[in-house]
Amino acid sequence: MSKNVPEVTRRRSATGLLALAALLGVGAALVYAAQATLSSYVVTLLALMFLNIALAVSLTVTNGFAGLFSLGHPAFMTIGGYIAAVLTYPPARKDFMLPDLPAVLLTNQIPLLPALLAGGIIAAILAFLVGLPVLRLKGHYLAVATLGLIVIVQGLATNWSGLTRGGSGLNGIPRLTDIWWCFGFAALAIYVALRLKFSSLGRAMMATRENAMAAELSGVSTYRVRMLAFVIGAFFAAVAGGLMVHLITVVTPKTYSVVLAFNLIAMVVIGGSGSVFGAVLAAIALTGISEAARPLEESLNLYGLSQVIVALALILVLFFRPNGIMGGAEPRLLRRLF
Amino acid sequence: MSQYVFQQLINGLSLGSLYALVAIGFSMIYGIVRLINFAHGDLVMIGAFSTLGFVAMGVPWPLILVFVLMIGALAGMTIEATIFRPMRGAQQVTGFIATLAVSIVIQNVGLMTLSGQPRNFSFPAFMRQRVQLGSVSASVTDLSIIGLTLLLIALLLVVVYRTRLGTAMRATADNLMAARLMGIAVNRTILFAFAIGSGLAAVAGLMWGGKFGQIDPLLGFAPGLKAFIACVIGGVGSIGGAMLGGYLLGLAEVLFVGLLPPAFSGYRDVFVFTMLIIILLLKPSGLFVRHVEERA
Repeated sequence: MSKNVPEVTRRRSATGLLALAALLGVGAALVYAAQATLSSYVVTLLALMFLNIALAVSLTVTNGFAGLFSLGHPAFMTIGGYIAAVLTYPPARKDFMLPDLPAVLLTNQIPLLPALLAGGIIAAILAFLVGLPVLRLKGHYLAVATLGLIVIVQGLATNWSGLTRGGSGLNGIPRLTDIWWCFGFAALAIYVALRLKFSSLGRAMMATRENAMAAELSGVSTYRVRMLAFVIGAFFAAVAGGLMVHLITVVTPKTYSVVLAFNLIAMVVIGGSGSVFGAVLAAIALTGISEAARPLEESLNLYGLSQVIVALALILVLFFRPNGIMGGAEPRLLRRLF
Repeated sequence: MSQYVFQQLINGLSLGSLYALVAIGFSMIYGIVRLINFAHGDLVMIGAFSTLGFVAMGVPWPLILVFVLMIGALAGMTIEATIFRPMRGAQQVTGFIATLAVSIVIQNVGLMTLSGQPRNFSFPAFMRQRVQLGSVSASVTDLSIIGLTLLLIALLLVVVYRTRLGTAMRATADNLMAARLMGIAVNRTILFAFAIGSGLAAVAGLMWGGKFGQIDPLLGFAPGLKAFIACVIGGVGSIGGAMLGGYLLGLAEVLFVGLLPPAFSGYRDVFVFTMLIIILLLKPSGLFVRHVEERA
């Protein structure tokens, strides 16, 4: 019996790889078509949508798989955004925009990819430090500690002007990202999340969510598993923050706020906590709704309408489908591939 | 005592009073239904704006105080009965998310109907005077905030510890199922807890407006968050702890800004939240709680 297992796994992964490549190819073809036919404004919106997908999926790992209630994504995105921006900023402009930078940062400029990774790693370290005390406690402490983290990071970004140029933020950041970067990053986030979900580590995360004591008694170190879920989420959030900054070319302390955290939570919950596919669908739907409601907001002069719609949608989902659209499951096709 | 230090102390106590009032309601609601109510801070905003409305209508101040208390209580009861009650028994996380959604709805409806422009808010002239106390002076606003808060807390303690309703609340907080089996109308008791907590938050909003002179639809965010921190300092779920935590937080915040060089004053909130994380690290059950049972 046990002899057959490796063989089956191998066969599956061979066809699986082909199918994955095909899926990626279809996605790439769609992106190519979009770029060729649609206006640059719409293409930028699509790129933002891909980033939202990546963010929602990474929050699915933290909040969905491990059942943590983190609101910290905007904090990690701000960190990733500023670090990526400062590292890729042309030295010629740094001289008058950020004259007080340390000499190393002032004269050097590095490519986007290492800058993104640097932001991601620093955010992951910060998440580890915050998680150290907080993840030992019950869920609501994490919610408020991460909410506090947003305030701390915003406060630092506003006041540490030598590094961040204070409340006015950094503008004229080189536009190094395009829709391909965002598409690739979303694909990576989905791939990592799905691989994780069907691995033993992912199972341990979900066991921790369902019943921490039972998981602990089955030999799962719930603290370590929670920490991993939190740190992975933070890493992806920071990289997404860096990518977004290079797409919209500005970053201010208020670019990523609590409302963003709420919208991401809404995507995870509406999609079905723990369902990667659900998070993707919800991210597409909510980004679409917000964009569709924007002209309505402007014509009626009712700014905030789209937020109200999102929040009411979320409340309705909690009432009538508390487990979200997908309820933690993946479509059978995806389930087979991973 | 120099005027400067005295001024900082009064300032800290009045800010602490506001935090304490908000934190007490927050703590009562948590104690009774184990719900972190992110929408609690928005009742502060509702209180502040209804005050402004009543002032415009020319209602006398003592009546405004009563009306604002009632509006807050009504708003809290409405939210509890329509949103939170149907979700009772769901997972705890569902409750958090629901309160967060309610908060977003209140804030954005506020933005849509009241506009995001901050509005001036002023107490009547006699409140803005200063009184001389020996060699030092204090503003009437700060002194009345402290006095009114202490009065409200005293009333609250009488309700919680000396009435049948209070006994029912404490029993429900202790064990909801057992309380229900003893014939306590649990839902009505919870409704009262929301009414009292939200009413106090709305009155805090009235005073918040008077203290800071400007209000906007998003002002509830800071008091809501700081109420939670006050609760963590004092031990979540305990009324006395929330009160002490509120005063401690108010004093610590004001002293941080008042005693350090001005270059640091922008870091006020950074300081407050770093304090939260340090307390969570060292004494997660709160400074004033000796023992906490684990609840399933």
